[in-house]
Amino acid sequence: MNLILGIETSCDETAAALYCPRDGLLAHAVFSQVAEHAPYGGVVPELASRDHVRKLTPLVRRVAAESGVALSDLDGVGWTRGPGLPGALMVGAAFGRTLAWGLGIPSVGVHHMEAHLLAPMLEPDPPEPPFVALLVSGGHTMLVQVAAFGRYRVLGESVDDAAGEAFDKTARLLGLDYPGGPAVARLAAEGRPSAVTLPRPMTTKPGLDFSFSGLKTAVLHAVQESDGGPGSRADIAHEFQEAVVDTLVIKSRRALDRTGCRRLIVAGGVGANARLRERLTEEAAERGFTVHYPRLELCTDNAAMVAYTGYRRLAAGFRDDMDFSVRPRWQLSELAPPVV
Amino acid sequence: MSDHKKPPVLIALETATEGCSVAVAAAGTVVERADETPRGHTARLLPMLTEAMAEAGVTPGDVDAVVFGRGPGAFTGVRLAASAAQALCLAWSVPAVGVSTLAALAYGAHRRTGADRIIAVLDARMDEAYWGRYRSAPNGAGLTLMEEERVGTPEEVPRGGGDWFGAGRGFAAFPERLPPAALGCDPDALPLARDLIPPGAVALQAGEGVDAAAALPLYLRSAVHY
Repeated sequence: MNLILGIETSCDETAAALYCPRDGLLAHAVFSQVAEHAPYGGVVPELASRDHVRKLTPLVRRVAAESGVALSDLDGVGWTRGPGLPGALMVGAAFGRTLAWGLGIPSVGVHHMEAHLLAPMLEPDPPEPPFVALLVSGGHTMLVQVAAFGRYRVLGESVDDAAGEAFDKTARLLGLDYPGGPAVARLAAEGRPSAVTLPRPMTTKPGLDFSFSGLKTAVLHAVQESDGGPGSRADIAHEFQEAVVDTLVIKSRRALDRTGCRRLIVAGGVGANARLRERLTEEAAERGFTVHYPRLELCTDNAAMVAYTGYRRLAAGFRDDMDFSVRPRWQLSELAPPVV
Repeated sequence: MSDHKKPPVLIALETATEGCSVAVAAAGTVVERADETPRGHTARLLPMLTEAMAEAGVTPGDVDAVVFGRGPGAFTGVRLAASAAQALCLAWSVPAVGVSTLAALAYGAHRRTGADRIIAVLDARMDEAYWGRYRSAPNGAGLTLMEEERVGTPEEVPRGGGDWFGAGRGFAAFPERLPPAALGCDPDALPLARDLIPPGAVALQAGEGVDAAAALPLYLRSAVHY
């Protein structure tokens, strides 16, 4: 297993990557469709699928050319089997599995969230399990205990909206563009602390689950009660970001205390939020734990993490059969751990 | 193509409808596998291809081109054939040939009944149909598409121009609303990969094989118009 191709098409990024266990990540390329979905204020699944089928072959060729390898040199393929949008997943599934079949090499359908969990392993000084992972993106918000490769326990997750979704919806309420994360963060920088008050959902309850739909409603009310001017919109953005970050920090701290872990890794698109990073870094220094972030381009959806996870799974003996059916609602808890 | 005297070795994939089929054409014969498996295409495609290639005695190195049903049809289905065709073309360094799924329906009706004027119609959902009208080319070399293939209400399918044979499940979905099929009708017909082979071979011969990256679906319907 010297050269693994990774394929990712679960949502609105088309991505390909090549991973080599000896030399690490050789190349990775992402085509983001954000601009195409922006006019609709969110991901249009059919548009996403149509883009994947146009972009995948050029991206695969690009990573091969950048790495100076031919596809005939491949030893395996990892492709995202789920969770994600069914039609979008299907493009990468048909492509990835059929490519491996055509080349006569093994492949493995990868769990997208496991790939996010393992993304920090691509960094020069990777954190060793056990650790707690905060996965926070437009599609997911969860805390996962990682005991070892393939051994995961979901400690808590969102019961409704994902944190990234709350950013998108808040952006819309504030008249900002999609995607909402960067737009809200920029406006928040101009807002005054505590000029308005929003709730920190579910932080007073003992569990590790999240809920962000009530926060979105509170933002709606705050917008309706405000004068609608730029100053008050900035104040609301500021307080919204603080509310989300507070919630994520409180629950992460609680997850570390509960598991006894001293390492936290943060992944997913919202993991790129500067305020979240700042607060978690402060918290880590205060409470004596370490916090690890994959580089920004590996926080958002990418195929580098899929190639790496594919490599780990193939090396542990996992193999696809010829059925490349996708699993749009695949739970992390359903993932088979490697047999030791 | 290594040898211009021999007919090319072709692989064909058709997954645009509830049918899933593959065909392997080599040495003047066609080996096919076909199933009606709504939602089962992803499980059946590669086992069918493995069996058909084995029965035809064809290995990857023998293949000259991959022919795929490019649609119209179910969006996810047409992407499946296109994505798999791209992958095979990359793996085997061969060109792709996209053929209309409606042409497969028309060629199938022509093969089975000899009819030489065929309206191929698929149910496009949302009270619409995909259609194409085909007739025998004057020189007997296959079928010719008369007007561009289209999506629209069944009432928009052109009337006139003589008598027609009706092929495809559009005729089952809209029995009263399509033009009369005076030459007969097969409202249960599914497009088959084996019927992509004749038009695919003609297109390949005419230099219409394309690079893997250009093996793309033809949807007819836009992604977000509804």
